[in-house]
Amino acid sequence: MAIHQPSTLSEACALLATHNRGSDRDLAPSPLVPIAGGTDLYTHWPQRPDEHAKSYLDLSGIEELRAVRWRNDSLTLGALVTYWRLIQDRTCWSALPMLVQAARQVGAVQIQTRGTWAGNIANASPAADGVPVMMAYDAVVELVSSEGREEIPLADFYQGYKQMRMRPDQLIRSIRIPRRSFLFQRFEKVGSRNAQAITKVGVAIARSGAGWRVVANSVAPTVCRCPTIEALLDDKVTVRGPDDLATALSQDIAPIDDIRSTARYRRRVLARLLYFALRESCSAFE
Amino acid sequence: MADPMTALNLRINGEERRVLSPTHHTLLEVLREECSLTGTKHGCELGECGVCTVLVDGQPVLSCLVLAAEVEECAIETVEGMQRGNELHPLQSTFADLGAAQCGYCTPGILLTAQALIADNPQPSDGEIREALSGNLCRCTGYHKIIEAVRWAAALERGEADAKPPSEALYGSPLPRISPPSAQEEDPRQEKG
Amino acid sequence: MKRFEGLEKLTGRTLFIDDLPLENCLWGATVRSPAARGTIRQVRVPNHLEGSGLVLVDHRDLPGPNVVSLITDDWPILAAETVRHRYEPVMLVAAESRAAARRAAAQIEVVVDPLPAALDFRQTPTAEQIQVGDDNVLKQLKIERGEVDEALAAAPIVVEGEYETGAQEHVYLEPQGMAAWLDGEVVVVHGSLQCPYYVESALTRALDLPAERVRVIQAATGGGFGGKEDFPSIVAIHAALLAIKAQRPIKLIYDRGEDMAATTKRHPAWIRHRTGLSEEGQILAHDIEVVLDGGAYVTLSPVVLSRGMIHAAGPYACDHVRIRGRAMMTNSVPFGAFRGFGAPQTLFAIERHMDVIAKQIGVDPVKLRRLNLLTDGQATATGQVIDDGTDRQQVLSRALDLSRFTYKRSQHTAFNAEHAYLRRGIGLACFFHGAGFTGSGERAMKSLLHVAGLADGRVEVLSASTEIGQGTTTIFTQIAADQLRLDPEQILIAQPDTWRVPDNGPTVASRTTMVVGRLIERACDNLRERVGLDAAATGTELQAALVAWHEEHPDEELLGSARYQQPPGIEWDDETYRGDAYSAYGWATYVAEVEVDLRTYTARVIDFVAVQEIGKVLNETLARGQIQGGVVQGIGWALLEECRWQEGGMANHQLTNYIIPTSDDVPSIRVAFLENPYPHGGQGAKGIGELPLDGPAPAIFNAVAAATGVDPRVLPLVPERLMELIEQ
Repeated sequence: MAIHQPSTLSEACALLATHNRGSDRDLAPSPLVPIAGGTDLYTHWPQRPDEHAKSYLDLSGIEELRAVRWRNDSLTLGALVTYWRLIQDRTCWSALPMLVQAARQVGAVQIQTRGTWAGNIANASPAADGVPVMMAYDAVVELVSSEGREEIPLADFYQGYKQMRMRPDQLIRSIRIPRRSFLFQRFEKVGSRNAQAITKVGVAIARSGAGWRVVANSVAPTVCRCPTIEALLDDKVTVRGPDDLATALSQDIAPIDDIRSTARYRRRVLARLLYFALRESCSAFE
Repeated sequence: MADPMTALNLRINGEERRVLSPTHHTLLEVLREECSLTGTKHGCELGECGVCTVLVDGQPVLSCLVLAAEVEECAIETVEGMQRGNELHPLQSTFADLGAAQCGYCTPGILLTAQALIADNPQPSDGEIREALSGNLCRCTGYHKIIEAVRWAAALERGEADAKPPSEALYGSPLPRISPPSAQEEDPRQEKG
Repeated sequence: MKRFEGLEKLTGRTLFIDDLPLENCLWGATVRSPAARGTIRQVRVPNHLEGSGLVLVDHRDLPGPNVVSLITDDWPILAAETVRHRYEPVMLVAAESRAAARRAAAQIEVVVDPLPAALDFRQTPTAEQIQVGDDNVLKQLKIERGEVDEALAAAPIVVEGEYETGAQEHVYLEPQGMAAWLDGEVVVVHGSLQCPYYVESALTRALDLPAERVRVIQAATGGGFGGKEDFPSIVAIHAALLAIKAQRPIKLIYDRGEDMAATTKRHPAWIRHRTGLSEEGQILAHDIEVVLDGGAYVTLSPVVLSRGMIHAAGPYACDHVRIRGRAMMTNSVPFGAFRGFGAPQTLFAIERHMDVIAKQIGVDPVKLRRLNLLTDGQATATGQVIDDGTDRQQVLSRALDLSRFTYKRSQHTAFNAEHAYLRRGIGLACFFHGAGFTGSGERAMKSLLHVAGLADGRVEVLSASTEIGQGTTTIFTQIAADQLRLDPEQILIAQPDTWRVPDNGPTVASRTTMVVGRLIERACDNLRERVGLDAAATGTELQAALVAWHEEHPDEELLGSARYQQPPGIEWDDETYRGDAYSAYGWATYVAEVEVDLRTYTARVIDFVAVQEIGKVLNETLARGQIQGGVVQGIGWALLEECRWQEGGMANHQLTNYIIPTSDDVPSIRVAFLENPYPHGGQGAKGIGELPLDGPAPAIFNAVAAATGVDPRVLPLVPERLMELIEQ
């Protein structure tokens, strides 16, 4: 095992350029796996000797990635910002409360102190709790490499299960979240117990001048926006009960049976969570 | 095939330690194997049970989910460092007084998580204690004694020397009993949540 | 009195077996079956492992018979020709580090030609699935009293019901682990265990050694709950075999995933009730069928079945009772001891059934129980006449008062009519739990206990009862100190070590305080007599006498002893299953208040009341801890904890997917005791440890039924299951 511990971003990008460039992969040294928190990476670590043979890029020494920047119109989170950091940020409780709600439900405090928002994005789990709230807030992912920077809306970032619009030589540098005034926002997570549970089904809902955003997790190969539901809300279609939403939802999600729950449960519960949440805010809901 | 080794400078319980360990060793492995600090327990290696919790720069961290190499610059605290000289940490003494350590395997992790909680939040509500400890599984106590002990220790840390836990939680104090036939009245102490 | 073993645990100084420094030791690991059933064609050890200094052990290395000595000689130490369950141990390896041992074990492949597996204990096995006798029945029992068929035929009302409970994993926070080494000719095993003498007898048999060449020492044990009653024997034998082959000390410590996949669990159960009743709801006849999933080997299934059946008719009077039971062999992990030992399963069924009856005949569930609760002079299913003076109606009343049962019920009606998606309900369970071994068990065991008077005037309790988190050390200290009028500081509790302590039976069956505690009192009396003092002697007089005795008898041991004596009037017939099944019972009523979220189909316990009569309460804090801990384990079993089986193996053998309650999942749990000292228990105590596991599940199910109107009968009531009931 080799761990590279750069102290600047350009150093990190240079290392990635050397190790992770696709074209001359055969000649290059083994590709580097970036670490930003590591709470997903290290599970069952001692039992995975193959992983020990790989090379890693520990980002924890890059100070600039720790920054939390509040501006009038946005919040920018460096790639090393942890859940705990935002739980402790009173501005966040009022300005972007779903971030705090989601953060408090990622594992427990021991995970929250290490786990990062950027790591949650890059781990690309369909059950990620941080991703749906960021996506509902229209977050934009800033990627860097030695070739430059690029920005991708989080909503467009995933292309399939664990498939991201991100090259192996790119790093997430920051996440920018626009500040808006919200008419409604709600995060619901259903795990198999009150705390420290992996999400069986979850949803983040936001309504602002930009329209409705409905983002669900654990119901598709990636965390996903629900455009049919969003359209139904924008069009103020009359909804008489959860079943009315279930039909629309079926175009947006593709849940499966797995060790944590069933597709049937996920469909029903998502429809019910949406219905009872939206009923508080939408006159079209009866 | 020998594992690559790394020399690490770690600051554990205020003491500088230089250890040579396989590069891939987690902080848990380094604490237990290289430093012989076995108060930090080995539980699930999955980040679910909390028995390996230590403090890194004052924050609770699962030592099974962090490489020792990543915390070289940090202050690491383990249960072995909780005592203040010959004095028990208030959490240790309230846990003793309330019998909040049963089998004891989850105890070191819980003590450290609680220590971070009351340092950060001197007057935690029961709800805050429950949330803070929700990453530390306990299979013996049903958690109530632990929550009471944390609440009491927080009061002691605030300087409320005469703070007392609910009387039913203390050793030797009688639990409400039924003395037939006058059992109709409710004991007001029983109404607490 | 404070907890005595507390400080070490609070400062990190307690050495659990994984913490023990062991010079020059090798690490063990276990190679396991990939299949539920089949013939072992080959065990492939990769070439690079052969001759790499790795120590390998298989069944051919066994000096003795290939059985883990328990009730029936069917449980192999290491599978030889066939395997009967996934994760069954086939080969052992030892290497220089834990990682190397794990890596080696992962590289060894067990090739199995599969055979048809029996995976559903509720179904009659097909001919190809038969592996035990001609029906896969591991054990069959029957309890019968009165004229059941006639009484059922004559009953104006008959209510039937079927109930099911799932497996439960212990999740002691410390996984299984043993160290073994050779001390000259002696095999020493040190580890996490409940019953040193069970391990000793398994070792002497497996290693073909006399008892004097085997020594078993308990290490600090991080929880047991029954999981360290039967299973440690196999871990101990494995560690010893490796130590003998390697001629070096061995540490064999399971990791969590391995522990959850490969070790015993609570028996799944299917229970059917047919109950004859009068119009008012008086129980006239019980016809009960109990089927347990025994898993691949017998382990303790016969006694789990028997305890389950004895509790199956609940704490109610009935003259005509038939209880038929069997434990079925299946190709899943062997099911074994777990806190409650069969009773939680059958008490769940009867107590849920009582509410089903109440609803069906239109009687209030409280009234139905009041009408049928045993009163002194009436008999249990086995014909045991209950005459202990406990006011069982009063236990029920107190639980209703504390929980404000009636008030809550009316409040819930209003709440449920108002709320868009939350539904609240309250439910109760009345139950009992027999303390100590079943039937003639205690008498057959003839437990022996010593207390040693030391030369410095202190007294040491020499007992094989283990501290596993429940407070044995504190209770024993307290009992000995009180009995001898000494300060607790003057009492030592010996580490359970088969070379130092006599066999006073295993640490199981809620027997430690009641049965062993009484032995301590009697051994203390005996010690006092041995130094010529009577019961009036003060502690100071005793200590002076101990010092004087030792001055007169240098280098001699001064022991006070006691052997188990059955309380008078206890009779039991193992053939007919009639008589006094237990010398004492704890009695309880638990009340659960739940809230069901109709958005997520999640049932959450929001308040809990546990009222019990357990004889005299010796230590408030420990008793409360036992009850609260048991209730939370019961809540987990009822609502969260589900073993998901895949081809006979537990698929969710990780703490991410096998869900136990966290601090954020527990309701307030209010505990109250009714005291009725039991004259034959230590300081008047009866058993307590298992009782609290019995009540939560049925109380919670009854509350969910009250909240939602559905009729849940299959445990655990996970949201996916509750959804199906609500959506029907």
